[in-house]
Parts: sequence; C-alpha cells; structure tokens
Amino acid sequence: MQLYSDKVMDHFSNPRNVGVIEDADGTGEVGNPICGDVMKITIKVDDDKIDDIMFQTLGCGAAIATSSIVTEMARGMSLGDAVSITKKQVAEELGGLPPAKMHCSVLATDGLKAAVDDYLVKRGREPIAGPILSSDPNFDPHEDEESESEACDL
Amino acid sequence: MDHIVYLDYAATTPVDERVLDAMMPFLRERYGNANSLYALGRDAYKAMEDARERVAASIGASHPGEVIFTSGGTESDNTALIGLATGGGRSSGHVIVSAFEHHAVLEPAEWLSKHGFDVTELGPRPDGLIHAEDLKAAMREDTVLVSVMHGNNEIGTIQPIRELADVAHAGGALFHTDAAQTLGKVDFDVDELGVDAASFSSHKIYGPKGFGALYLRKGTRMAPYMMGGGQESRRRSGTQNTAGAAGFAKALEIMDAERAAETPRLTALRDRLVEGVLGRLELTSLNAAETDTRLPHIANFIIKGVEGEAMLLHLDAKGIAISTGSACSSGSLKPSHVLLAIGCPQEFAHGSLRVSLGRYTTEEDIDFFVESLVPVVERLRSMSPLYAKIKAAHEAG
Ligand SMILES: Cc1ncc(COP(=O)(O)O)c(C=O)c1O
Ligand code: FES
Repeated sequence: MQLYSDKVMDHFSNPRNVGVIEDADGTGEVGNPICGDVMKITIKVDDDKIDDIMFQTLGCGAAIATSSIVTEMARGMSLGDAVSITKKQVAEELGGLPPAKMHCSVLATDGLKAAVDDYLVKRGREPIAGPILSSDPNFDPHEDEESESEACDL
Repeated sequence: MDHIVYLDYAATTPVDERVLDAMMPFLRERYGNANSLYALGRDAYKAMEDARERVAASIGASHPGEVIFTSGGTESDNTALIGLATGGGRSSGHVIVSAFEHHAVLEPAEWLSKHGFDVTELGPRPDGLIHAEDLKAAMREDTVLVSVMHGNNEIGTIQPIRELADVAHAGGALFHTDAAQTLGKVDFDVDELGVDAASFSSHKIYGPKGFGALYLRKGTRMAPYMMGGGQESRRRSGTQNTAGAAGFAKALEIMDAERAAETPRLTALRDRLVEGVLGRLELTSLNAAETDTRLPHIANFIIKGVEGEAMLLHLDAKGIAISTGSACSSGSLKPSHVLLAIGCPQEFAHGSLRVSLGRYTTEEDIDFFVESLVPVVERLRSMSPLYAKIKAAHEAG
C-alpha cells in the first residue's frame, strides 16, 4: 500500500476551513466522474480577492487533504491566481501524492474554479477559469501518472 | 503501533504459535529436499506425505494424492482454471465463473477468454448467492468447466455448492470451487460437496502465507500449470515447501478441532457487531443480510454518505484494521466488483466496510470498534456535501 505523506495525513485528520459560508458570493460543486467523490467550495470575494473560503468533501483521504490545502492556498489570492492553481501545485504543497491518487487533487482545483466562475457569472462578468476538468467527458485522470495500481487486499 | 484491534481476518491471519512450532523443524534441522534419496530427504518426504494425509482426511478426499500442495490460493485457482480448461489438450470450449469470484479466478478466466475459450460470468442475485437455476440457464452444450466460490471473501455468503456441482455435472462439465475462505471454518467434504477441484489457502487459517493446496479428484484431467522438475506427481513442479505443508496441516487440524466451539463464539461476536453498527448509526445496512447461509466471521456494511478509505484511515489512526470496497482504495478506482455484482449501487459500494473476525477477536474489540466508528462516521458525514441530500431522500422514501 502506498503511503500518504505526513502533511496529507495532517490535512486529512485536521482539515482546515470545513463548512459552508451561508451568504457566499460564489459556490462551486464538482464531482469526480472517476470515483464518484464530490466537493463543494463556497467563497466570499472582496476587491477581486478571495476573502473567505470553506469546503465540504465526500471522498478519500487525498480528496479531503487536497480540498483542505487548496482552501489555505487560495485564501487572500486574486481570483485570477486562484483559478490558475494546478493539481500539481496542490500535490506539491502536500509533499506529494501517491501516483494513483494524483487525480484526487483535480476535485479541489475544479471546485475552486467553479466557485470563482459562479461568482463572476452571477455579477454578469465573463468566466475566467477555463474548462472544468472533471466535468469533461474526455478527462483522463491517469494522464501524467506513472501509476502502478494498488494490489487487492480483500 | 501499540495495540492493534485487528478486524481483517478475511485478508489474512497471524500464524498460530502451535503452527509455527510445527513448522520450525523444517526450517532448521529437518531441511532436506523431499525428493532426495538420502535420509534427510526421506525424512522431509515422510513429513510432507504425513501433512498431505492429514489434509486429505480433513477434506474427505479418498486418496492423499488428490491433494496437491501449491504456493497459495492464487496458484491453486490459476492452476484449476487454466489446467482444467486445457486438460487433455483442449484448446476451446465454454467456461462459466461467477461474477463475484476472487480475482485469482476472474483473471485466469479472462486469460482463457483471450486464448480460445468462451467465458460467461454468472451473476449472483442480490441475496449474495449463485442460484442453481441461473447456472442451469447459463450451461451450454460445450461447457467444460464451472467455477463458483464456496464462501465469498467480501460478503461472506456461502454458495449452494452441491446443487451447483450437480448442475455442472449434469451438463458434462467439471466443477471447481475456491474454498480459500471456507476451509476450516465450515464443514468441508469434497464428496458431500461433489466438487472435482477445490482451492485452499493456508494464511486464511492461521498458517503461513504463500502456501496452499489444490484438491483434484482422482481421474480428473488437468494440464500442469507449474512445469519443471515434476514434483507433486508432475502436477505441480517446484521443490515442495515442507515447512509450509507441516504448518498448513497443523493449522487445519486446529481449525477442525476448535470449530464446534469457535463457530458459535464468532457468530455471537458478529451479531453483536451488526447490532452495534446498525443500532448506533442511521442509514447503514448489512450486505446480503437476508441470507442465512453465511460465514460466521464476515460482515460487510454499507455506511451511506461516507467514503470507505476515509473511514479506514480514521479507524487506522485509532489502531483498528478493517477493509473497504471503496473505489478510492482500490487503485483501479472502481468499487468492489462483488458489491456491484449483487446490485449494490456504485455510490453506496463506495461507503462499504468489511469487518472480519477471528481467533483472537474479543467482545472488547467489537465494542471498541463500534465506539470508534460512530464518531468517525458522524464527522465524515458532517463534512460531506451530499449527506443532507441523502438523508432527505431517505426520509422522503
Ligand atoms: C476467495 C479467495 N480466493 C483466493 C485468495 C488468494 O489466496 P492467496 O492469498 O493464498 O493467494 C483469497 C485471499 O487472498 C481469497 O479470499
Ligand atoms: S477522490 Fe476518489 S479516489 Fe480520491
């Protein structure tokens, strides 16, 4: 079994910014088409910067940890910077993810993108996030994985 | 790790001290090759044949030669599937396997389908059982082999092997069963079950890993799978694992001797577990709950609105070892094929937990597990964006 880094385990065990902002300016809810995991991000925006951010995630350890860290990374960022956070940066920030778990971080970056676009579109502005990876039917979660899949232990 | 509450006995078991004692001489002073002619070799040979006789007696084989020692359940399954299908030089025909077999059966079946054979995967019904009438309907003129597991390793249901074997035989096919999970845990007699071949694994019964056996009824044609020096009457080459054989035979004897007391003990523990989990947590269920023919030590739960790997990791942090059929833990990112085969929706299979009990499980372990599980599930549900919806849908019926 591949191991999660200490930082992944820390964010999994003590996730930051869990919850829903009641009077959110933007909401992003995305599902991972591969494994069925779901993430919801709510944001408050001030002067085109992310002022507050919270998440809810139904998913594996990596999905929860990447959701948690992305909220920390995005807080205080400009909307443009927030939507350009890549899944690779998220994984690096966590000290790496096992190859088979790289795709989980897509949920976090997509959730953030969806929330930012939701905010912009609600205000009649142009969306800036570009394609939401996980809702693309051609999305390949295994691209850039040199993955060995886990062996069965049942 | 300080104290581990091990509740994954269906994955593997610790080697029993008595088994280890039976093995040690063959790792030390009695190290001879069982095929050597001198005294050291003859001693190893005698010990190995003694182990074979004891295993044969336990499973009701009429001849010790019907027991072939292997490197485990996987090798036994691979040998049976490929060896029986291609026995006698056959290169085509129809093979039926159940859809919820272990991958040690499904993968060689898949291989056969790419090498001249037609393979049907027969689905279990939602009760977690393969029904004889469904097998009958799947049989063809050219069916040469049927393989249905005895006890399912994820949900614990025990298949009506006798009825299924009768159907296979009536259609002129051989019948193999993967008994890795049932050997030693329920009465097992090859004649009563009517099987031509059966696979066993030592590490599921407190024996060493990497050892097992294949029962092959006398007169059954099977192409060898491991080829080489011609050991095991040319049916399985490779220098025999004498320590493994001695350990496996001892492990099986202990299972047989203790079963009458152990089965009710495990059943009571499992019932306490099921009551605890279903009683303390809403929106949970037991898979194949309606089926009475089941292994005493396996319970498979669906905990709605949570993901299995997240549960597993939180429980691990408390020193509890269990397993899940969640997609996220599988690497293939598909949830358990067993749960899907019995009609469990994908999103619920995602929140499955398999808890399996064994020789060293106590009531305290069960209570500790339930007490630990409740806050883990509540916490994960509270951070799930879907749980409120799932609950509302449930309440609306
Ligand atoms: C039903 C079943 N068949 C086969 C196997 C494989 O046995 P082994 O691990 O000895 O290769 C297992 C367990 O891993 C099993 O549960
Ligand atoms: S998000 Fe499902 S496997 Fe990680």
